[in-house]
Amino acid sequence: MNARDRILASLRSSLAGTTPIADPFDATLVDEPWRYSPAERVTRLKELMTAVHSEVLLTNSGEWPKLLSDVLAARQINRLLIAPNTTHGQAFSAYCQSVQNPLHLLAYDRPIEEWKRELFDDVPASFTGTLAGIAATGTLVLQPSPDEPRLMSLVPPLHIALLNASQIFDNLYQAQQYWPKPMPSNFLLISGPSKTADIEQVLAYGAHGPKDLIVLLVEDA
Amino acid sequence: MSSQRIHAVDVTARNLKANARLSLKDQQLRNNMRSAMDSLISKRIISMPDEDERENLRELGNKIRARALSELPDLLEQLEANLTQQGVQVHWASSTAEANNIVLKIAQARNAKQVIKGKSMVSEEMAMNEYLTEHGIEALESDMGEYIIQLDNEKPTHIIMPAIHKNAEQVGRLFEHRLAIPYTDDVDSLIQSARGILREKFFHADIGISGVNFAVAATGTLLLVENEGNGRMSTTVPPVHIAVTGIEKVVANLQDTVPLLSLLTRSALGQGITTYVNMISAPRQAGELDGPEEVHLVLLDNGRSQAFADAELRQTLNCIRCGACMNHCPVYTRIGGQAYGTVYPGPIGKIISPHLLGLENTPDHPSASSLCGACGEVCPVKIPIPALLRRLREENVKSPKQQPQIMDGQGSRYSAKERLLWKGWQYFNSLPWLHKTGTFFATRLGGLTPKNLGPWTQNHSAPKLATRSLHELAKQHLEKKS
Repeated sequence: MNARDRILASLRSSLAGTTPIADPFDATLVDEPWRYSPAERVTRLKELMTAVHSEVLLTNSGEWPKLLSDVLAARQINRLLIAPNTTHGQAFSAYCQSVQNPLHLLAYDRPIEEWKRELFDDVPASFTGTLAGIAATGTLVLQPSPDEPRLMSLVPPLHIALLNASQIFDNLYQAQQYWPKPMPSNFLLISGPSKTADIEQVLAYGAHGPKDLIVLLVEDA
Repeated sequence: MSSQRIHAVDVTARNLKANARLSLKDQQLRNNMRSAMDSLISKRIISMPDEDERENLRELGNKIRARALSELPDLLEQLEANLTQQGVQVHWASSTAEANNIVLKIAQARNAKQVIKGKSMVSEEMAMNEYLTEHGIEALESDMGEYIIQLDNEKPTHIIMPAIHKNAEQVGRLFEHRLAIPYTDDVDSLIQSARGILREKFFHADIGISGVNFAVAATGTLLLVENEGNGRMSTTVPPVHIAVTGIEKVVANLQDTVPLLSLLTRSALGQGITTYVNMISAPRQAGELDGPEEVHLVLLDNGRSQAFADAELRQTLNCIRCGACMNHCPVYTRIGGQAYGTVYPGPIGKIISPHLLGLENTPDHPSASSLCGACGEVCPVKIPIPALLRRLREENVKSPKQQPQIMDGQGSRYSAKERLLWKGWQYFNSLPWLHKTGTFFATRLGGLTPKNLGPWTQNHSAPKLATRSLHELAKQHLEKKS
C-alpha cells in the first residue's frame, strides 16, 4: 500500500460508524459585528490602513492621475511600473503624456525570467488596480493577472494601489461572495506594507515586500 | 532530531526537566520571554474586546474544525482532486523520512542547488534543512525570526515568533559575528540588512518552500498568512513551489476560512488580519508572466492519524497554530520554547508531540503543566488542552502491555510499584474494618511519620497526621449532641 492509501484507510477506519457533522457555518457571526455605512467604510479603511503605516489619499476620478504624479515627484521617483493594458494604466499614461511628465513608465510585458534583475534592482515603484477593499480589516483585494502579475505588488519598494470607494465591502465574508469561481491561480489580500516584529516585537516595515503602500481612494467611483 | 541544531542547553525532548532547570537560571531568557508574552497577551485581548463576539466565534471555530475532521478523508480526496485538476501535484507521506524524500526527488529532478523557505513548522518537523544540506542543497530560512535562529544554529522557541527569546542586542551581535555587519541594536537597520541578503537569495533560489495555514478542499486553494512578504516571495519568485503541510490542515470551503482567519490572527498577534493573505490555487497559467511553473503539495501524516483514531485525542488536530496557548502558559513563559526539545513547544506541543515522537520520547511533557487551564480558555478552536493532558498522563502510566494500545510509547512512566501502591490504597478504602483499624493506628502513631519524604519535602514541610480521624471526630460529636 502506498502512503496515500495507507493514510486514507487509517482515517476511514477511525471514522467507521460515524457520520459527518453538519455544516455549522453561521454567517451572522462574521458579518453582523462588522457592518458600516458607506461613509464609515471609507473612514474605517483609511484609519486601519494608516495605523499600519499605509498612506490612504482621498481623491476623485478626475484628479487621481495628477495626485499620483505629485506623490512620485515628492518622493523623487522617476520610474514607475504600470499595467498599460488596464484602464487605470492607460489613464495615467495619457495624463503623463498630456502634461509632458518626464516620468519613465515601465510595463511588465514579458516573463519575469527575462527581466528579473531589472525588476529587483531598478523598479522603485509600481501602480496597480484593486478588485475591492474591506472596511472591517483595512484590506485591499488583488487578483494578479497577465496584465498585473503577482510580483507587481511585491517586489518594488513602493506599491501604489487605486481603489474605488464603491468597491469597499464591509467585511471579508461579504467581499468573498464576489470572488471569481473557480479561484484564479493567485489571489491576494493586502493590508499594509510588508512588516515584521520578529526582533523583540519591535515593528519594522519593509521586511521583504514593499516598504510603503499608498492607496489612492477614488471617492466618486 | 539532528544534533546540529542543539544549542545552549542539551535540547532533546527526553531531557525536558533538565532543560527546564537550565532555562530557569537564564535570567536574560526569562526577561525576554516574559516581556514578549505579556505583550502578546494584551494584544490579543485588545483585539477581542467583545466577549460575546469572541466566544461565539471560538465556538464556531471549534465546530468548523470538528466538522472538517469528521469528514477528513473525503475532504483530503476532494482537495487532491481539485488541486490536481488545476495543475498542482499532490504527494502523500506517512513519515517525515518519506516527506523529505519527496522534496529531495523534486529538487533533484530540477537539479536544484538552492532552496529558500517561507515559515513552515511542518518542515521543522521534518528537519528538512538538515536533510537537504546533507544532500548538497542549501536550504535557507527567509522568515526574519527563522533566519536569525538558523544563523545561530538554534530551534524555534515559538511557533509564530521563532526568535522571541533573543533581544535586539543579541541579534546585533549575531549579525556582527556571522554576517560581518557592523554592530547595531537598531531593529530597523538589522531588518534592512537581512532584507538585502535575503532578496539576493530569493533572486537565485531554484525552489521555494512554504507551509499552509488552510487547505481549502472545495476550491483546491492553499491559503497562507504572513506579515513579512517572504511567504509570497518564496511561493512566487522561484520556478518551483513546494508546500508542505499536515493532513489535518484541510477545511471544507472558502467561507470557513473567514472565522478561522479572524481567530488565528487575533489570537496570535492581536491583528485583525495579517499584511498578506496569499491564496494559491494553481501554478503559472498560459499567458501569466510570473509565478512558479510547478507547484507541489506534500501532505504529511507523521503520527496525526494516531491522534485521529481516538475521538478525544482527535481534538488535538483542531489546532490552527496560533500560539496563544504558549503566550498564556505560566510554564512556557518561564522556560521558553527550546527547553521542550520538540518542534511544537508549550501546551499544544505537549499534546501533539507525543503523537509525533511517541510517549517514550516525550515522557515528561504531559506532566509539565500545572493544569491551570489558561491554554484551554484562550484556544481559538476550543481544544480542551488540560483534559487532553490528563488523558495523556493516563496513557503514560498504563501498563505498556495493556490493550488496546492507543499511543506509541504507551506507559513510558509506568511503575509496577506505584501501580501496586494504588491497588493497595483502593483495597484499604473498600474494606470498612481495614480502613477503621488502619486509621486508628495511623492517627495514634502520627508522630512517627518521617520528616523527609523525598521530593515532596524539598519544597514543603512534611504533612502531620491528625490525632483523631474525621470518622472518630464525627462520631464523638454526634454522641455529645444526643
